[in-house]
Amino acid sequence: MPNELGGLTGYGHACVAPWLVRAARLSSIMLAIEVQNLTKKYPHTLAVDDISFTLRKGQVLGLLGGNGAGKTTTISMALGLLTPTAGQIMVLGHDMARDRFAALARMNVSSPYIALPARLSVIETLRVYGLLYNVPRLARRIEDLLEQFNLSALRNRPTGALSAGQKTRVALAKSFINKPEILLLDEPTASLDPDTGDFVRTTLKQYCADEGAAILLASHNMAEVEPLCDDVLMMKAGRIVDRGAPEELIARYGRDDLEQVFLDIARSPAI
Amino acid sequence: MNAATRIWAMIYRHIAVYRRSWPRLVEIAYWPTLNLLIWGFTARYFAGTHLQGGIPATASLVAGVLLWEITLRGQLGVTFTFLEEIWSRNLGHIFASPLRPSEMVGSLLAVSLLRTVIGLLPATIIAYALYRYNILTLGPVVLLFFLNLLFMGWWIALGIVSLLFRYGAGAEALAWTIAFGITPVACVYYPVTALPAWLQPVAQMLPAAHVFAGMRDALLNRIVNWHEMLLAALLNLAWMLGAVAVFGLEFRAARRRGALISMGE
Repeated sequence: MPNELGGLTGYGHACVAPWLVRAARLSSIMLAIEVQNLTKKYPHTLAVDDISFTLRKGQVLGLLGGNGAGKTTTISMALGLLTPTAGQIMVLGHDMARDRFAALARMNVSSPYIALPARLSVIETLRVYGLLYNVPRLARRIEDLLEQFNLSALRNRPTGALSAGQKTRVALAKSFINKPEILLLDEPTASLDPDTGDFVRTTLKQYCADEGAAILLASHNMAEVEPLCDDVLMMKAGRIVDRGAPEELIARYGRDDLEQVFLDIARSPAI
Repeated sequence: MNAATRIWAMIYRHIAVYRRSWPRLVEIAYWPTLNLLIWGFTARYFAGTHLQGGIPATASLVAGVLLWEITLRGQLGVTFTFLEEIWSRNLGHIFASPLRPSEMVGSLLAVSLLRTVIGLLPATIIAYALYRYNILTLGPVVLLFFLNLLFMGWWIALGIVSLLFRYGAGAEALAWTIAFGITPVACVYYPVTALPAWLQPVAQMLPAAHVFAGMRDALLNRIVNWHEMLLAALLNLAWMLGAVAVFGLEFRAARRRGALISMGE
């Protein structure tokens, strides 16, 4: 039987109470991403070390950690760009190591580590990705995004000729092209001025509320994470060392803001 | 239908670049035209002479240049198009989309076909205008030559793309040189028997040697050498199956190593 019941039937729980089965099914339907014991080893590096977490639909989950904490590696595995060494990552009920294409059409990504074709204009870039994601009424969708991300005046400019902030806005517009159910964002407000950064955070929050979309956001920008994320996973050396809502973490560490929590974790050899 | 739309997306991505860049369009036709001019004037110098077996030198050299360019342009068309994605550090976005690797290959082959036709058209016209040689006088068999040689360019290219997956842009030099390096054993301008005995089996394993043997038969005897054509097609099939298998293995290895994200200049 397909593992719609979150794996319960697969383990032979023949006498599980019906309410528990229904709860498990509901939980499975509500999950956007389910990560179990995920590990990524390179020949000389353990990039991600046995992490588990879930991302619910409508939730914004932050992956917080310094350079080399494993955030980008985790996002890459969630996209199927990287195969795990061990463990499993299920996206919208599909195993990304084996069946990623069924999920990829319903998700999207923006990352400063992946560029857009520099010689294509903004509108051509959005058209290419709209076709790749088979977006209906593409011309209308592109116009909406150009307006939403204040890119109308730049529509015919090659993306390679744009400023860093403008490129980030194009990348975000591209990540919205297919109205994704899951957005994977790696430092989405990098290179943006404070005003545009605030606009992006508001847009992301609104999109989640309107569409019930889930966002997995990797960042080391605390000012971005604190107002945007419902929950945060603190990562260090490939492991999840703590988790909770931003205000919970701040209270638990007895600090004033998430940045101080981040520094406590980063500097403590015990964690 | 979705697959066709995704393949079209990748073809459009490259057409959009070419249509506003005349240096790129010139580059496509530059080498075939230059090669044709060099060999065409050489052939004119030998005009009236015949090669071993009585094949007219002009026809043999000019037809050889034009046909061999199909393989060279076909190969470069695939590898250059793939390198464009590496140079723009865009592979992560492409493979994070619903585009299948097989569809990516389909788009590379389609762009390669376009580049080959655009690249060879001026050379074919110049061959007629300067040297009064029309490649179509070889007859309908020229279509079989075209398909076999293009197919050969494609499997060489898939092998090179596999190397790019493994070694990244560090293997870029191979993209420009491998097919040219094969030229001596492709037996474009001479029969396989002109090679040293130890090298002849290598040439016989390449479809090009059989295609050009067929070309010489068509020039000299006005016949279609079906035996050579069949051998070329079977060899192409075998090489292509091997290249696709290696491509699949290297793509999976690239996903294990994280090369799809980190590959760049």
